[in-house]
Amino acid sequence: MTPPATPPPVLSVEELSVRFRMPAGRYVEAVTGATFALAPGESLALVGESGCGKSVLASALLGLLPGNAETAGSARLADGLDLLAADERTLARTVRGRRVGLVPQSPAAHLTPVRTIRSQLEETVRELTGTRPPALRAAAEAAAERAAFPASHLDRHPHELSGGLAQRAATALALVGDAPLLLADEPTTGLDRDLVLRTVDELRAHTRADGRALLMITHDLAAAERIADTVAVMYAGRIVEITPAAAFFGSPGPRHPYARGLLDALPERAFAPVPGAPPELGALPPGCAFAARCAAADQLCRTRRPALTGGVACHHA
Amino acid sequence: MLELKDITAGYDRRAPVVRGAHLTLRPGESLGLLGPSGCGKSTLARVVALLHRPERGTVTLDGHAVTGFSHRAPRSLRTAVGVVFQQPRLAADPRLRLRDLVAEPLRATGRRTEAAARVGELAERVGLGADLLSRRPHEVSDGQLQRACLARALALRPRWLVCDEMTAMLDASTTAALVAVVEDYRDRTGAGLLAVGHDPVLLGRWCGRTTHWNEIVKD
Repeated sequence: MTPPATPPPVLSVEELSVRFRMPAGRYVEAVTGATFALAPGESLALVGESGCGKSVLASALLGLLPGNAETAGSARLADGLDLLAADERTLARTVRGRRVGLVPQSPAAHLTPVRTIRSQLEETVRELTGTRPPALRAAAEAAAERAAFPASHLDRHPHELSGGLAQRAATALALVGDAPLLLADEPTTGLDRDLVLRTVDELRAHTRADGRALLMITHDLAAAERIADTVAVMYAGRIVEITPAAAFFGSPGPRHPYARGLLDALPERAFAPVPGAPPELGALPPGCAFAARCAAADQLCRTRRPALTGGVACHHA
Repeated sequence: MLELKDITAGYDRRAPVVRGAHLTLRPGESLGLLGPSGCGKSTLARVVALLHRPERGTVTLDGHAVTGFSHRAPRSLRTAVGVVFQQPRLAADPRLRLRDLVAEPLRATGRRTEAAARVGELAERVGLGADLLSRRPHEVSDGQLQRACLARALALRPRWLVCDEMTAMLDASTTAALVAVVEDYRDRTGAGLLAVGHDPVLLGRWCGRTTHWNEIVKD
């Protein structure tokens, strides 16, 4: 007998880079050399300041980058499909919604305002599973049920829903295709604390129990702590630390000085901002991008860029 | 002194969002107002900022009973309150460079000549680099744009500040930085603050006193 093989990762991203071509031959390096893998049932929270490249990474995984973007590296799903190399037809017909579900940032803006939740769910169920009436109605209700969206609200329009219910409607839509990978881009922005916790708990339940993988992009560290098995910290387009969530939020804590600063900025901790501002992605310094804001920076930091080794990219970690 | 008495306000007379709200802030005091989303706290914040006319009740600002709201508010009262909203994208004219965005209140009140110097000083205070000032909103991040919106709110040296979910879209570091800017301004000028939000940890750390929505609405 052979021992049970470890299941292949749901998503494995290798050296993913995205840069935008700008006028006059300039480049903006939005994401550089991102490498991580997501096992079935695993939740990874990608955290960092706004403008650090998090959302560009998500767009790259769904093939939604604008025309002036150039990508390098690979992002493979369990079946070997490289999301970066796939053509638009493949992405539209077999990836979006089917193999990668998107939980959007602003459900109120994601849902079609002039149609009821039921009509949108039925359309998605019909497109993704091929269910036809009369079974369609029940299938859509079952889809709503999975995301705990109350059946009594199915005939309402998006503007008649509270933020939490709109979020559930969007989650229900994302779950319809039974995609093994869920991508959540800032799913809790603008929600109040109770709703944030409920939303992440629900996302986590859909991930854990069903063997899905979740990539959650967020700037909300409390939400990340609640949901994540692994935390990846992004700074100026690079992953500077990737570590188990328990170690990151508990003991021994983050190892990269930027990650420490970000955590210390929380009101329940020191409530002190990281001094300075992040560098422009179009004009990154030759050394560590964080050196200008780092108390421990020395000559080496300013001249040589630290590689991500042992889960952290810092000369002093 | 900022006093709200029995304020009823909303967008439909038959179904007001705020019913019978009472609130008092002493000069220099900071109050955090907590409430779940959709409870009406943003509407109340708009009333305090003199941007929304209540259907009933009185607003008293430094001894003056406010009779006109929005464009009907007298300039002396309007400029006494600075406001920062939740979503900087919706609160910034996309056509204005950040420099002009911050200078707008000065221009609107006929202080064009002091604008250049004052904008530089404000930008430094909120941590906006000189190169960012010549960009338009779509060329900066949410955090950078909110810094500009805060600078704009401070431009006329208001005696009162209303921050409606100012940091809801921002990361922890930018949140801490902007709160520090507000507190630094209050330390220097003695301005009062009404901070509206849903995060008890944040408002507890930020404000001298916090109150829950249920406690100010006596129906």
